[in-house]
Amino acid sequence: MIGVGKIKQYSNVLDKPLSKGKQEVSLSAFAFLFSELVQYNQTQVDNIAELERRLEDAGYAVGARVLELLCHRDKGNRRETRLLGILSFVHSTVWKVLFGKVADSLEKGTEHEDEYMISEKELLVNKFISIPKDMGTFNCGAFVAGIVRGVLDSAGFPAVVTAHFVPMEGQQRPRTTILIKFAEEVLQREARLG
Amino acid sequence: MTTTACFIIVSRNDIPIYEAEVGSSAKREDAAQLHQFVLHAALDVVQDLAWTTSVMFLKAIDRFNDLVVSVYVTAGHTRFMLLHDSRNDDGIKSFFQEVHELYIKILLNPLYLPGSRITSSHFDTKVRAIARKYL
Repeated sequence: MIGVGKIKQYSNVLDKPLSKGKQEVSLSAFAFLFSELVQYNQTQVDNIAELERRLEDAGYAVGARVLELLCHRDKGNRRETRLLGILSFVHSTVWKVLFGKVADSLEKGTEHEDEYMISEKELLVNKFISIPKDMGTFNCGAFVAGIVRGVLDSAGFPAVVTAHFVPMEGQQRPRTTILIKFAEEVLQREARLG
Repeated sequence: MTTTACFIIVSRNDIPIYEAEVGSSAKREDAAQLHQFVLHAALDVVQDLAWTTSVMFLKAIDRFNDLVVSVYVTAGHTRFMLLHDSRNDDGIKSFFQEVHELYIKILLNPLYLPGSRITSSHFDTKVRAIARKYL
């Protein structure tokens, strides 16, 4: 009978092997899905802060899973215990897997000890989105901020993560910066570990 | 040879999300509670030890009479704890690695809330099969 090939039919997802992660998804499909996500949440809330929080929560769920999956797949089952380690993990490995390239830059904040910034010239999720004037400082990068928060929180580095537009001279579209502010206990533990 | 072994998965928030007696000896009611108590007490040791090393498999970290507690910490700080009486380190390491893969597959389910109990009976069957294979 045509079609009955040698492909094994798995009855349960637990029996299927984990994918190698070489799969690619079409950009337009993702952009369409993301725009629907934003529009759906817009109908459910009445203010900007709530909308940002919902996008962040959606990203948080992704972040928690991405951390476990990538540590198992790409890092050969080694955990990150230091601050700089987890930051460079987010900056390179996570970004590479999610967006196909490493983040543009990772900087340490100058005013406060506990602030770090990951910058991106054009965030993938914002590529096809323009914010109307009356929405003020709303940034759909809140979804990516949620992903970063999910990764950091699950790894044991609780932080407040937000996304901001930073206007650059000479460029039409502003740069997006993900601002990470670590909790007090993270810095104490870092100091203790030396 | 009968072995006693109690396997518990503890989430990041110190809530057990899965437990199973995987030893080949018959299960006794009082023994099960004692095993869980010992594993609970070992959590403190794990917490300190987890931050000193980046390796996931921490070998024997605590003892109780002739029973040994071995622990495997994942990237998301979910702890796989095994209370056993054998000394088979390699077998235990392979056991943890296979269960880790199963756990990741459960976690990837978008409808699974991380930190909630794992109720899948298929997961239970597979864990016991892996235990029979390696322990």
